[in-house]
Amino acid sequence: MARYILNRIIGVIVVLFIVATVVFVIVRVTPGDPAAVMLGPDATAADIADLRIRLGLNQPIPVQYLYFMGGLLRGDLGQSIFLNEPVLTALGQRAEPTFFLTIFSILIACAIALPVGILSAYKRGSVFDQVVTTLAMLSASIPSFWLGLVFIEFFAVKLGWFPTSGYGGPGDSFLSRMHHLVQPAVTLGLVNSALIIRFVRASMLDVLGDDYVRTARSKGMGEARVVLKHALKNALIPILTVIGLTTALLISGAIVTETVFGLPGVGSLIVSAVTRRDYPVIQGALLVIAALYVLINFAIDMLYLVVDPRVSY
Amino acid sequence: MTDLPEDVILSVEDLQTHFVFRGFVARSVEGVTFSLTRGKTAAIVGESGSGKSVTSLSIMRLLSSPGQIAGGRILYRARDGRVLDLARLSAREMRRIRGREIAMIFQEPMTSLNPLFTVGDQIGEMITLHQPVGRAEARRQVIELLDLVEIPAAATRLDDYPHQMSGGMRQRVMIALALACRPSLLIADEPTTALDVTVQAQILDLLRRLQSELGMSILFITHNLGVVAEIAHDVVVMYAGRVVEQASVRTLFAHQKHPYTKGLLASTPNPGRDLAGSERQRLTPIPGTVPSITALPPGCVFEPRCGYAIPECRAGRPPLFPAGPDHFSRCIRHEIM
Repeated sequence: MARYILNRIIGVIVVLFIVATVVFVIVRVTPGDPAAVMLGPDATAADIADLRIRLGLNQPIPVQYLYFMGGLLRGDLGQSIFLNEPVLTALGQRAEPTFFLTIFSILIACAIALPVGILSAYKRGSVFDQVVTTLAMLSASIPSFWLGLVFIEFFAVKLGWFPTSGYGGPGDSFLSRMHHLVQPAVTLGLVNSALIIRFVRASMLDVLGDDYVRTARSKGMGEARVVLKHALKNALIPILTVIGLTTALLISGAIVTETVFGLPGVGSLIVSAVTRRDYPVIQGALLVIAALYVLINFAIDMLYLVVDPRVSY
Repeated sequence: MTDLPEDVILSVEDLQTHFVFRGFVARSVEGVTFSLTRGKTAAIVGESGSGKSVTSLSIMRLLSSPGQIAGGRILYRARDGRVLDLARLSAREMRRIRGREIAMIFQEPMTSLNPLFTVGDQIGEMITLHQPVGRAEARRQVIELLDLVEIPAAATRLDDYPHQMSGGMRQRVMIALALACRPSLLIADEPTTALDVTVQAQILDLLRRLQSELGMSILFITHNLGVVAEIAHDVVVMYAGRVVEQASVRTLFAHQKHPYTKGLLASTPNPGRDLAGSERQRLTPIPGTVPSITALPPGCVFEPRCGYAIPECRAGRPPLFPAGPDHFSRCIRHEIM
């Protein structure tokens, strides 16, 4: 067990090292010069050259890479070129909406997918099952930005229940900020529930015919208990896996949703960093997202241990 | 409600169990009739596909869709003295019978226990489901049950998960589970088939001992005539969804009145008999295979494989003929057997 965790941690470090390198290279092979973008079209070549020296962009790429990696080892993601603050600080300030958006979205997705998927498997072949299967397919093919726009048009513009965009002003209460998150979270939750529904249905179908389910029935217990205790727990491992993957995807998927709903989260930070060629911010944000990915996967693997006594690492 | 002789605990009358797929019907159990005397063991013998397991699942009302009871009665004498027709009991009433009065053990001890709960939890669940007892009392009873089925170190083994036990141990756990509420009737669906021969003998011994201690009736489903000779008092032989012969175990082994039973016995290895002479006795298999339930021959369903068949055998489905005291055969030529 301790050995397994140690191996996993080494694995995480290797993955993050590779991600850091790939991100560093990709950012630098994309055309565009942050100094030129920053100074605008009227800047002279001398001004640009001067700024490049100040930003360290005149150094050979390998030297820049060593600086970047050295910073990472000290836990320093560098300084944003445009925001005039450390990348870590910029990320921290933008973390709240992304964090809550991800949490709410996955909760909404699970709240829809678990009951619907279980019932759909239990009533296999029924009208309910067919409607669910069709709707799940449909909603998986709906782009979240389109659904978001439809929601804004209907619930925000027509009905006025929710703000059209943004995250409230600086003085707004926590509750008001969360109110701004309702629509984006429902949008993301709905779209992502489709995949989870299909997984829940499929893995429940797998276990509902198993012998121990028949044994449970032979004890004389009610159907709800047979399905929710004996069958569901056995179906949980694939379900947990897909929930973990969806959560990880939601973090990166937030880029689109945050843009549509004008949320000042990590997603929109990345978008603006890309347009401004703010290398350190792009690098830092992608690294943090990659780290979260790896962490969520690790957490899911640990959950297997809780669910299934046969799993041992 | 309905009358049943005092000493009979279960009486299956003209049971029909059908599997309906898109308008097309497989009659897996067709007119099965037999009864089980209180405190005795009846065995249902047959090859796979004979309808013996479907019969037992029908009694427990555990048929999975699209299986359904299409006709007949399953009369059961409950503990309170009422005679219930299990075929018509509501799902709610049936749940009170299942586990508490009629319990079942299955063929595959490897898969019949839930891999994610300890054996103690699974047995304890049965206890708390039907008895108003707390966790501590349930746990005490679980240990007692595990002792009863001769699991060593019961007080520690109850916290084991099924995968930590051998097949024989798991079947003992299944038996403990089934006995948790001291059922009046135990249905054992091929409980020893998946086990090694020595373990098989131990389990049969255990069942016999438990029966005499607890006084329960057992309906034993098997394809193994050796097991039948070990444990049964009465035997029901099934073929293609029908009862073909029925008798006490002694009568049946002494004089078979149906060619299928004869064939079944002739194809059962018996080391004592087979090596008795100077030459090794050959087993005589029944030629052909069990017909598909959806493409049965006209007339007697065994006729195509039968060495005694005459043209009259194809004339129609034969009824069960009395072939002696408490002995029935579905063969028009039972007299010459």
